[in-house]
Amino acid sequence: MTKEPFIHISRREDMTFARAVAIRLIGVLCSLVVCALVIFVITKLNPIEVYRAIFDGAVGTARRTWVTVRDSLILLCVAIGLTPAFRMRFWNIGAEGQILVGGCVTAAVMIYFGDALPGPLLLLVMVVASLAAGLIWGLIPAFFKANWNTNETLFTLMMNYVAMQIVTFCIVFWENPAGSNTVGIINSKSKVGWLPELFGLTYGWILVIVLLLTVGMFFYLRVSKQGYEIAVVGESENTARYVGISVRKVIMRTMAISGAICGLAGFILVSGSSHTISTSTAGGRGFTAIIVAWLSKFNTFTMILVSFFLVFMEKGALQIASQFKLNENASDVITGIILFFILGSEFFVRYQLKFRKKAVAQEVSK
Amino acid sequence: MKKTLSVILAAAMMVSLAACSGGSSSTSTTAAATTAAAASEAAAETEAAAEAEPESEAAEAAGAGVAKEDLKVGFIFVGDENEGYTAAHYEGAKAMQEALGLSDDQILIKWTIPEDESCYDAAVDLADSGCQIVFANSFGHEDYMIQAAEEFPDVQFAHATGYQAASCGLDNMHNFFTSVYESRYVSGVVAGLKLNEMIADGTVTDPKIGYVGAYPYAEVISGYTSFFLGVRSVCPEAYMEVTYTNSWASFDLEKEAAEALIADNCVLISQHADTTGAPTACEAAGVPVVGYNISMIATAPTQALTSASINWGPYYTYAVQCVVDGEPIVVDWCQGYAEGADKITELNEGVVAEGTAEKVAEVEAAIKDGSLKVFDTSTWTVNGIQAEDDAEMMEKYAAYISDGYFHESELASAPAFDIKIDGITDKTN
Repeated sequence: MTKEPFIHISRREDMTFARAVAIRLIGVLCSLVVCALVIFVITKLNPIEVYRAIFDGAVGTARRTWVTVRDSLILLCVAIGLTPAFRMRFWNIGAEGQILVGGCVTAAVMIYFGDALPGPLLLLVMVVASLAAGLIWGLIPAFFKANWNTNETLFTLMMNYVAMQIVTFCIVFWENPAGSNTVGIINSKSKVGWLPELFGLTYGWILVIVLLLTVGMFFYLRVSKQGYEIAVVGESENTARYVGISVRKVIMRTMAISGAICGLAGFILVSGSSHTISTSTAGGRGFTAIIVAWLSKFNTFTMILVSFFLVFMEKGALQIASQFKLNENASDVITGIILFFILGSEFFVRYQLKFRKKAVAQEVSK
Repeated sequence: MKKTLSVILAAAMMVSLAACSGGSSSTSTTAAATTAAAASEAAAETEAAAEAEPESEAAEAAGAGVAKEDLKVGFIFVGDENEGYTAAHYEGAKAMQEALGLSDDQILIKWTIPEDESCYDAAVDLADSGCQIVFANSFGHEDYMIQAAEEFPDVQFAHATGYQAASCGLDNMHNFFTSVYESRYVSGVVAGLKLNEMIADGTVTDPKIGYVGAYPYAEVISGYTSFFLGVRSVCPEAYMEVTYTNSWASFDLEKEAAEALIADNCVLISQHADTTGAPTACEAAGVPVVGYNISMIATAPTQALTSASINWGPYYTYAVQCVVDGEPIVVDWCQGYAEGADKITELNEGVVAEGTAEKVAEVEAAIKDGSLKVFDTSTWTVNGIQAEDDAEMMEKYAAYISDGYFHESELASAPAFDIKIDGITDKTN
């Protein structure tokens, strides 16, 4: 007789929705307790005060709330852009570059056509240009992948650096003052090419655009035939070929969509938020969005929560830095611990642990 | 199950968004007012200005300064205490706090704010938090400070190293800087004496120095030229190579740049970038180094000579005192050695050449009493021609060059000397 292991891991079959939520909540609570201990042991600060400061920094005033919402929406937009590619198991880690080229052409249109075109038309041109730029940036690695099966991970990563160099090159022409390597706020006096308000909200357009994308992408992936094709190609290219799906076409089409949405995020950043362009315009969002997409299991509605959480912590970090002189690394530690527990709770949602005694007892009762 | 989840999430999202828009109604109205004003034509603008004027007058008359206990001072720093430039600003902020007797919770500091819209967010957030004056310390912050200054006409905004305060037409926007070229000149003298010593004891035959600069524009050019003139005032045969990192603070880039310069036969290094990258490379290679902002003796104990440094305390104290007294703050503030705003850090005894302290005291005294002008036109040439003999140059710099020297930082606080003089080669040439 083989010795039964002390702990036995098995898949859960009987998980209800309520229990899944409960497990995740317990996970979050545990993480907060651990964070509190870490905060107290390392910094000797009252953890409750630190939590309150994080909360205050992220949503303490109407303006802070809006900044948090704005940045979450932009992060969400990038995550939505990545989703179709990831569903297809095409590892697009080039969102950073796709955002940058989108932002770069947006800035170019603002600078060169700012006076030539009437406001709404100018914005339309900027949107189209950013979509096109992102699309091309996404399509290039897809084309090579579809035709010669190149490694998309390396390819998209390298495209980020190319995009960065393009931006650096453009800044040489746009910099103000010369030699400073910064473009400054574009059209700061006339505000030409800035996303206007909507419903009296400064970031109204960003809200509408990104929420439309959220809903649209959800249904595109769940309901449409193309969404199904993406899922099939992701599961098995051979199956896809067998049922008559053109894998080549699906890869290119999906990456075009993915890149275009990331390019649009570049437009939102430049026209709606920063009104400038630099190599740090994307600010790592292309990589953070990968975490958002994966944590949400590619559900675009879950992404709203995840991106909000990550931005919430980032903004809270600023506050604890200025209030307690803890630098941003402190909040990274907190975010890391919370993410660890959230990921850990997923394990308990899917699997259960059976200890030896319990297993024996079950055996006997049978 | 998945569907229920998504429906619930969607509902939660709607509720939270509705809550957000409800809470922010007041801000969005003011924002609407600002943009509406900005968008209107010239006529409407004058009207708006006419309307705004009595308001600000009333505020000044009623306020006539701020009680010290109600005072709140905001700072936006590009780095944190681990980065020399910001560390120097933080020292200045603490000096101001002590001089005026403010408590810790009256000083609000936003650390590591990049040069993008985060600066605007930070500035308006500080104004929202009740700060009567907000400082920002990095060049790229300026546009965002102006943006915030437009929105909060009753809050004073002061920006270090910028140049647009006078031209932007806002009376609550100010620039400040110090005559750091004077510190650099003095640090150059220290370096020159070291070069002489190395030439005298035969370790160096070709006195080539290297300089790690941040960006190729006036602030940096003015800085390295003054350093170089300081070196050449005691070591006439010295010449210099400059390389740029295109970043204010990148340890790796600065270290690599210094290593490249050393490999290119530079026998002494100085820097205008904010980290300890160059001194680290110099300590490893055994090359003397002149730092910036903070003493580099801890980083390079056997090679650091001294550092050109700025004391920001006088300005911070002055500007905040103005707010307390209800006095206007000057648009462009620039003071130097004479007023204690510039200095070099302690000399590294045992590494600097013999007699350095005496020579430094002599040069400092000459700078303070005005008998020594750093950009004396008789000490530098371009293509072998002295400035006064070059009609084109005199036309371009008519406002700056007179009485035999370039009047640096007198017209505006930000450095203006962007002439590439003989003896210096830089990588953009």
